[in-house]
Amino acid sequence: MSAIEKLPAEDIPDNGLLRFLTCGSVDDGKSTLIGRLLYDSKTILADTLHAIQRSSARRGLDIVDLSLLTDGLQAEREQGITIDVAYRYFTTGTRKYIIADAPGHEQYTRNMVTAASTADLAIILIDARKGVLTQTRRHSYVAHLLGIPHIVVAVNKMDLVDYAQETFDRIRSDYLDFANGLGIADVRFIPLSALHGDMIVERGERLHWYDGPTLFEMLEGAPAIHSEHDEKFRFPVQYVCRPQDSANPELHDYRGFLGRVESGELHVGDRVTVLPSGLESRVRDIQVLGQSLPRAVAEQSVSILLDDEIDISRGDMIVRSGELPQVSKNIDAMLCWLSESPLDPRRKYLLRHTTRDSKAMLAAIAFRVDINSMQQQPAERLLMNDIARVSFRLAQPIFADPYAESRGTGAFIIIDESTNNTVAAGMIV
Amino acid sequence: MSTAKLARVTLSHLDWLESEAIHIMREVAGQCSNPVLLFSGGKDSICMLRVAEKAFRPGRFPFPLLHIDTGHNYREVTDFRDRRAAELGERLIVRSVEDSMARGTVVLKSADEPRNKHQSVTLLEAIEEFGFDACIGGARRDEEKARAKERIFSFRDEFGQWDPKNQRPELWDLYNARSFKGENIRVFPISNWTEIDVWQYIEREKLALPSIYFAHRRPLVRRGGGLLPVTEVTPARPGETVETLQVRFRTVGDITCTAPVESDAEDVASIIAETAVTTITERGATRLDDQTSEASMEQRKKEGYF
Repeated sequence: MSAIEKLPAEDIPDNGLLRFLTCGSVDDGKSTLIGRLLYDSKTILADTLHAIQRSSARRGLDIVDLSLLTDGLQAEREQGITIDVAYRYFTTGTRKYIIADAPGHEQYTRNMVTAASTADLAIILIDARKGVLTQTRRHSYVAHLLGIPHIVVAVNKMDLVDYAQETFDRIRSDYLDFANGLGIADVRFIPLSALHGDMIVERGERLHWYDGPTLFEMLEGAPAIHSEHDEKFRFPVQYVCRPQDSANPELHDYRGFLGRVESGELHVGDRVTVLPSGLESRVRDIQVLGQSLPRAVAEQSVSILLDDEIDISRGDMIVRSGELPQVSKNIDAMLCWLSESPLDPRRKYLLRHTTRDSKAMLAAIAFRVDINSMQQQPAERLLMNDIARVSFRLAQPIFADPYAESRGTGAFIIIDESTNNTVAAGMIV
Repeated sequence: MSTAKLARVTLSHLDWLESEAIHIMREVAGQCSNPVLLFSGGKDSICMLRVAEKAFRPGRFPFPLLHIDTGHNYREVTDFRDRRAAELGERLIVRSVEDSMARGTVVLKSADEPRNKHQSVTLLEAIEEFGFDACIGGARRDEEKARAKERIFSFRDEFGQWDPKNQRPELWDLYNARSFKGENIRVFPISNWTEIDVWQYIEREKLALPSIYFAHRRPLVRRGGGLLPVTEVTPARPGETVETLQVRFRTVGDITCTAPVESDAEDVASIIAETAVTTITERGATRLDDQTSEASMEQRKKEGYF
């Protein structure tokens, strides 16, 4: 029985949840890799496998096409391509995983950006026969831009290069050459054969020269948190709970500020400042469904009660006093344009940051990044899949941190009010 | 790793999933003017009610509950539905496919046709009647291939249609619930939960369930490789042998298309143990209407289904 077949049980420690992204194309063996992760963790069940066998046969294939597992939409099956991000789940008994499976092609950069926005780790697949390609650079750049803290470069199809260590070492050195230029800090390399299962769960016998962890060991050991440095406490208020009409008179003065801790930690008794008013108070209680908690940690949804009656509503932010974010109506950001209609510099858009909305106008495009060459180019407007350094002017101030310090308070989206579509994703510099 | 890093608390996987679902429900409350939560009495929507309690208590839910009743639901489930809504003190709206049939907006091809897909019509009628701008549902991405690609906040046009090729990008935890009048957002707070997560959550939270989720004896016939309950609306066909077997339901829906599995599991812990070693997916085992074609769920969703 391999490690991943263990059943969830009380006595096995819960190592939380890890969200990771796989980047690459079907040609790199990405579907085979995902298929193997799901299959070896017993996530593909018999009827699903039979359905895929039937579909493969209907398409005249003599092998089972595992990409059919991840291509869920009719159009994708018709065209034999992956259009949209698919989310897959498996568990090892100690940890739950969410895979965001992003299509590899350049025109789907927006999908990779979407998938990367919630990932804690990225697996970048390289075909051992082809080495570092333009696509590899593009994937690495986007993963880095979206602040994914851990990158695993999986050199796949080692079986097709006779499991040669020289090939692996050459790819590793090529990759490091450009990764260092980008500033990617935590990158690990692993040789694989997804087809034969070498170095995924089992080590196999033909990669004896590699003494690092298997892919599963890397996943199991990766920290299930986005950032390992101490973050400042940020609590955007989503909603206010005021049960005045309750039959219980004790609740007449109840005011719970509802939200999710975007970063940092808060303890009962802490001094807090409320933005934009700047008023200060003290944390009287932290609650979930009537239970008091001594503290609230990152990603936890809670209700905060304060000592003083302060007027707070959705869009406000509670922070620890002395740890204030930037309050600003001018922002500089890296922007990914996601919409088929180009960015129109003359128009006003809606910028959504945490629980706060503001009208926004483009002030300038500093440069556009060619994501294949990493070159900075001048640009007048932005098209779908473009990535650029821009600045915006806002009607209302936002309470922001640099994205590199805090994902939750460094990220924003742009909405086109004429269609209500989400048209861009931004990361504050 | 430094000691400071080790001291940092991270959430268990159930806590993380619950926290995400609470955040999503509060976003609906904060962004939408007239939302509703779909509650069927099934296990996924039972979990959603607990999430809603954690999101909004001691306040009331900022939305009513809605059930689209096919008229072919198990009594145990509809009784449970009514009891749970009453215990919570929240408003329950029930709209019936049979009313749509009486109005002529639902036309069955045959009297015994499964009514699941016709729920779309009744749901759209209810959305129009009450002017709901968002419907919170308990669908999960692990249920089906088309669902794996659906957003958590999923936009539907005024015909209730889902366009899989034209979905709004959804990044970080910044959700876009904006819609124009007549349009609608479907919201799935437990998108990232799997069947086993749901059972583990039910166990941890000690949630009550309709009795038919647990092993019980029931008359059945074997048909098309599956077990079919013999009921008033699904009688045995001539020549079929009625057997009485120990079974439980993995999903509860319309009687005509929801089949049980053989099981001795009398409590949640035994169900978790069985689920962990099963070889058949939840829908594969028990949802006869999903097996018709490869894309049947995608097709129904395009037509306004959840």
